[in-house]
Amino acid sequence: MAHHRLASPPKETGLHRSVGRRKFLGYLIAAPTLVVAAELGREQIFGAPEASAAALPSAPQTPEVYDLLDALRDAARPTANLIRVEVNRDGTVSFALPRSDNGQGIVTSTQMIIAEEMGLDVDQVRVTLADARPELLFNQITGGSSTTFTTYTAIRVAAALAQGRLLEAGAQLLAQDVRTVTSRKGLILGAGGRSVPFSALAEKAASATTEQVEVTLKAREEFTVIGKPHNKTDARDIVTGRKVFATDLKIPDALPTVICRAPDLNGTPDDVDNLDDVRSMPGVTDVEVVTTGVAVRARTFGQAIDAVNALQVSWNRGTVAGEDDESVLRRVRAAELPMAVPAGVGKTVDRAFTFYFASNSSLETNCCIADVREDRAELWGPMKNPIAAQGDIAKIVDLPISKVTVHVTQGGGSFGRKLFYDAALEAAECSKAFGKPVKLMWTRADDSRQGRVHPLSTSRVRAQVGADAVLSYEQRHTSVATQINPGFGEPITAAAVKAPLGNLTLSESIFELTQVTPYEFGVSTRLLNEVDMRFNTSAMRNIYSPNVATARELMVDELAATMGKDPYEFRREFLRGERLRAVLDAVAKEGRWGRSMKKGTAQGLGVHTEYKAATAALVEIDCRPETVDRPIREGVTGPRVTRVTFAVDVGLVINPRGLEAQMMGGINDAIAMILTSSLHLTDGHFVEASWDNYFYTRQWNTPPELNIVLVESDAPEPGGAGELGLSAACGAIATAYARATGTVPEYFPINHRDPFPFEPKPLVPPIPESPTDGLDHTY
Amino acid sequence: MSTHSFTLNGERVTVDVEDDVRLLWVIRDILGVTGPKYGCGINVCKACTSHINGKAFNPCSVPVGAISDDDEVTTIEGLADGETLHPMQEAWLDRDVAQCGYCQPGQIMAAVAKVNQCRAEGRDVDDEAIEEIRNICRCGTYNRIREAIKAGADNM
Repeated sequence: MAHHRLASPPKETGLHRSVGRRKFLGYLIAAPTLVVAAELGREQIFGAPEASAAALPSAPQTPEVYDLLDALRDAARPTANLIRVEVNRDGTVSFALPRSDNGQGIVTSTQMIIAEEMGLDVDQVRVTLADARPELLFNQITGGSSTTFTTYTAIRVAAALAQGRLLEAGAQLLAQDVRTVTSRKGLILGAGGRSVPFSALAEKAASATTEQVEVTLKAREEFTVIGKPHNKTDARDIVTGRKVFATDLKIPDALPTVICRAPDLNGTPDDVDNLDDVRSMPGVTDVEVVTTGVAVRARTFGQAIDAVNALQVSWNRGTVAGEDDESVLRRVRAAELPMAVPAGVGKTVDRAFTFYFASNSSLETNCCIADVREDRAELWGPMKNPIAAQGDIAKIVDLPISKVTVHVTQGGGSFGRKLFYDAALEAAECSKAFGKPVKLMWTRADDSRQGRVHPLSTSRVRAQVGADAVLSYEQRHTSVATQINPGFGEPITAAAVKAPLGNLTLSESIFELTQVTPYEFGVSTRLLNEVDMRFNTSAMRNIYSPNVATARELMVDELAATMGKDPYEFRREFLRGERLRAVLDAVAKEGRWGRSMKKGTAQGLGVHTEYKAATAALVEIDCRPETVDRPIREGVTGPRVTRVTFAVDVGLVINPRGLEAQMMGGINDAIAMILTSSLHLTDGHFVEASWDNYFYTRQWNTPPELNIVLVESDAPEPGGAGELGLSAACGAIATAYARATGTVPEYFPINHRDPFPFEPKPLVPPIPESPTDGLDHTY
Repeated sequence: MSTHSFTLNGERVTVDVEDDVRLLWVIRDILGVTGPKYGCGINVCKACTSHINGKAFNPCSVPVGAISDDDEVTTIEGLADGETLHPMQEAWLDRDVAQCGYCQPGQIMAAVAKVNQCRAEGRDVDDEAIEEIRNICRCGTYNRIREAIKAGADNM
């Protein structure tokens, strides 16, 4: 007789089930001192809510990769792809994090995770950023807000294993039962007040052989570090000026190097009239033509910049020669995919939105130090994708990958841009061309005009509304191609992405994995199409979500109005899932939804789910003329976001203070994206050359009142935070603006088509000259 | 090339360099003091904000030739009194202001000067005064900067 039911799994008691979830395999590593390790899960690069496993982009199989990367001799070792926690002879615990910290606080949160398992104070754990480790394959990429989600368990496994070994070794030394000893602040404590420091156990606890062992993680109820607010551990170095960024490094003979770039986006050098004249300018040591321009190496950056501006170069046209915002927009619109549901059932609401190019330039411009020799190359830079960088650099300098060392430095902001390593490739090429070390830095004008951009896109939305239900909701997002390149962080997918159509497939996968319409809107479809315009693109705290969410939340307000419902009540009714409803309720209560507002001011709501998290924002905006037209020299004022209430459920919170900081950053980005900052493409180049042209949020734009509410969650794992704050805030600012002005904007930022409030800076020479009147502006 | 002497963080320094090289590069590339950061080179982003004779200025926009022998230049490295931090630095730590930290030396030096300016002019260090500070933070730490400036001012 056929069985129609699957056999029930063996019954577990609550206790057993809970321990079972905390049991993992770790590794003891043969080493002179205690070294333990764990494997990073490969499947967890782009974790996304409600993503179908079948839609996950399939990663290349390990053997394929190893066959091609013949330089990876040591990759055959079974433990090569592990992350290691080491207990040193001085009693410190160290860990090289295979990620890139650009201010998001992952060094601090990693210290906290290790401190928790090992009973240490947070500052007793030393966390550095790992050099490029090609054997990690997909597991050395910092993007998609994935760091904590992807590393949390592996780091805990290694730390818990180390802790267990230290307890055993300590108990032996004290001649006590291991069940009676405990660990605190780097000491193993036994009965009778006796103790042994980790330093005395680092060798005793070491393993002579490498072996796999089972380890049980600490129970969540026992946490004393995780979940408690902790300040960033590099804060003191930052406020005293001691934190070292790439261009602060003192690498012998690595002199300042700047590239003279074309007036066109991605233009290339054809010929130089005055190479020798420029070579004899003060401070200049070297001038050579390279792929992207003409490189100058000098004693100081100031002299390199002067020399760049003195170069007389004839240029080949760029990749978008003659194009402008409107011509690009026409191409994008032509590529918009049709809606699936025919009009005519119920009432149809159609909207179309345009999102212009935006710059993800960070305060630290693209930079890298390179020392390329005959037989080896060494590079230092803020790289979020160092394995792919190492592979590409090896090709440029014609060395095996094993001869290229890539050091990951602390970055001065990234927001997605430093997934790409444009400066590292140039630094490698320049160092090879000069035969000398270089400290290569992009100037601000380079970073703004030639650096990577968040792509121009359109979002068309159509919904059909019945008497008391939304029957269908369709969104078509069409974008200038976003380079997901260099893939998942190693040379193989990087190469795959460069192949025709390679990136498109990957983009669609990521769109499908990350974009969720979190409402019960009947037939719901979301499609992406991309037009390859050969722009230099990348994420900016996400690729699609902030734009998709802005369009969606404006549409939700319209649907609510169509059905005669309050925007909050409507969202409450149609939102999918209790987590989203909880964050929405939190902002409505804390932000006093529906309170009386003056004419020209309004509240607005936005919600978003991504990165295994739920977020909601309630924004108040002031669009009255006396606010919009506040006089600020060389700045854009515009509508003022006066109050933001933001609620987040991110699952398990490692560091609440760090989480709040990330939400604050996302909110300030949202203000820029919706109200003030964009790039303008004119005649094949971007106009904006600096922060007096590109109006990122300033003190006069930031909300005077900001309330971030962390909503309790029983989710077992941490979600992602780096990009999480942006989307709901974008939606809420846009809906607040629409409610305050009575007009739904059709493009973003809302000031994009205003006349420039500045005189565009020249394209040739490429770098605006530094003023000389600084002493006239002291205060 | 000519010789330039001034006081940097309480120490006499002398450099041989062309007059028109901006002070930022003299401080960073020649003297190796890297607290002041490059962010634009045209006195817009304010990441290099330091003090000259106690007032905020931007060394990216001052040729070294304009610096006098008796000028005292202070970068973020010279703000603390040995290991005792300035109240503004303490306020920055208390509020956990910094994210990447690249702009923060300039933010702190600007904040100290703004508080001193307000005191000299008999003004409150309020939101209006803080909104005169033009320093850019791309991590978006502005809200904590506001809180820290007010707290730091109370202890200055």
